[in-house]
Amino acid sequence: MSGFKSLSRAMFLGFLRDRGALFFTVLFPLMFLVVFGGVFGGQTTSKVTVVQVGPAPVLERAMAHGGGELAKVLRVERSDDLDGSVRKVKKGDADAVVQQQGNTLAVRFSAADQVKSGTVQGLMNSIVQASNQAASGKPPVYSLTSQRVEDESMTAIQFFTPSLLGWALASAGVFGASQTLVNWRTKGILRRLRLSPVPIPTVFGARVAVSLVVAMVQLALFLGVAQLPFFGLQLRDAWWMAIPLVLSGVLAFLAIGMVIGAWAKTQETAQTVTQAVVLPMAFLGGSFFPLDASPTWMRTLSYIFPLRYLNEGMLNVMGRGLGPASALPQIAILLGVAVVGALVAARLFRWDSA
Amino acid sequence: MEIPGSTRGRVFRGGPVPSVRIMAHTISVHGLRKRYGRVRAVDDVAFEVGSGEFFGILGPNGAGKTTLLEIIEGLREADEGEVSLLGLSPWPRNHALLPRIGVQLQASSFFERLTAREQLRTFGSLYGVPGQKADAMLEEVGLTDKADVRVEKLSGGQAQRLSIACALVHDPELVFLDEPTAALDPQARRNLWDVLRRINTEGRTVVLTTHYMDEAEALCDRVAIMDAGRILRLDPPAALVRGLDAPTRISVAAGTLAPAEARALPGADDAADDGVSLVISTRDPSAVVAALSAKDALTGVRIQGATLEDVFLDLTGREYRA
Repeated sequence: MSGFKSLSRAMFLGFLRDRGALFFTVLFPLMFLVVFGGVFGGQTTSKVTVVQVGPAPVLERAMAHGGGELAKVLRVERSDDLDGSVRKVKKGDADAVVQQQGNTLAVRFSAADQVKSGTVQGLMNSIVQASNQAASGKPPVYSLTSQRVEDESMTAIQFFTPSLLGWALASAGVFGASQTLVNWRTKGILRRLRLSPVPIPTVFGARVAVSLVVAMVQLALFLGVAQLPFFGLQLRDAWWMAIPLVLSGVLAFLAIGMVIGAWAKTQETAQTVTQAVVLPMAFLGGSFFPLDASPTWMRTLSYIFPLRYLNEGMLNVMGRGLGPASALPQIAILLGVAVVGALVAARLFRWDSA
Repeated sequence: MEIPGSTRGRVFRGGPVPSVRIMAHTISVHGLRKRYGRVRAVDDVAFEVGSGEFFGILGPNGAGKTTLLEIIEGLREADEGEVSLLGLSPWPRNHALLPRIGVQLQASSFFERLTAREQLRTFGSLYGVPGQKADAMLEEVGLTDKADVRVEKLSGGQAQRLSIACALVHDPELVFLDEPTAALDPQARRNLWDVLRRINTEGRTVVLTTHYMDEAEALCDRVAIMDAGRILRLDPPAALVRGLDAPTRISVAAGTLAPAEARALPGADDAADDGVSLVISTRDPSAVVAALSAKDALTGVRIQGATLEDVFLDLTGREYRA
């Protein structure tokens, strides 16, 4: 067996037998995917519930004619108890109370859930407008069509699969590199390897190769789980661009890990610093929530984290259905981080702990 | 024939060195110096080691043994001086030399979570050694029954034997062992000595650092006593002890005789009772033993000649150093 093959094998076995590393780099993020994908999976189809007190012909007619479309977003309950219904809205069990008084449709809503209060007012308003238009006896002059930019439904799983995978890759890469480097140095493995005839690039090449293989396994696992019918991930045409994205992302994270590992004197220090890098990066790099919905300062800050580019690139090709070329800028940035990190790490590198 | 800076270590088992420059010594070191700030870790060290020799470097912690060994192995660059191993320079990293030397490092430098066999096969493969040969080496250090045990679960002695096997797996001509028996229990140490003797009788040159006197005495053909970065004496252990002219110590059970009475015995130089035993120093042990025997005072007698430890203490002083 050549040095490269046997070193890769030794490191891969060491990784497989490290239950802690396996858990935190593979299972733990996968658990997040299951939880996030499950919890937020149904969010896009949540309905608005209104309680109709007494007869309300405007609403009844709309429900009858609006048919399926309206019933998808609006559920109507009937009641004769006004006070009881208002209490229900206050408690959050329903979103609004509706009464028709003459030609006026009266809506009472709670502002506790701003999204739903907006939806319910908008819905009721459009019902009233449509009824006015119908009462005029003329055909409508203007009409509206709408279409989602993502073609089909952009559900939570489409976002969480790439972004949680990004987090998993970042922690595996940075932890793997920093821990290995400090461990090899403090245990004298680096010195021992230096005294063997194996070329030094082979030693590091083997470590990188192992990380790349582990990353591919992570990618396959994530895609496999997320595509189960329960989660329903739909991969877009250019999803395969996630492979070069993941590979360049892993190189960037390994380089960051090498910098930490070359600098840190003990494994404890390396671990603490790695945590301090990976967790903020996962939060601000958009692994746990979409950056589009976050404040401007957060979005600005996110540009310093390489994970942001990996997440963005993967989301574009896997979830949003952009073309393969859309990932090239992100790949370039990640490779740039890898090169800069490797140069810094090489400068800080020490053979032994003395 | 005189090499500048080389004043000691010229005596070989086979007689005087014939021609220093022409004969290929396995190791030849001249005028070696290494400084860390104001500390002279290695200070003008020179010696030669012949082929097949078992060479010991003995010294207290911080004497500079490890630094000296690291320079010779090629892990550090010397500030001054020359090192030649098998006719080659170890610095900078010399690919022609590396397969011919084996190094066991002080820490047990193992890949994590591999079994003893996997570990040895991995190191072997770095030198192009086939797997079967690596397994044979496992047998040689008596670890065949531990082949599938992970290195983390090996005992101290087993781990040391494995690390020695890792240093020997590619059959090097020259082996460096840095304190191989540190922190081992007495049984494991004796067991390891057997392994080390076998390595040497197979014709390899062995360089060993240790701070155990008995180890150097039991194993080494020649011993360099090192302190504060310098080699203070270099000779076969027996010659070092003989050269010391130290008294023999005869001890009997405490209270057998009063110390004053013991001091008055024919041939006795001094006597002291420490509550456990009465120790009589003498340069004429037979006279003292005869006198003790005449007094029927030989209960629990032990006669001890000078050891390497005495040589060492004589050379490096007795003050305690951590």
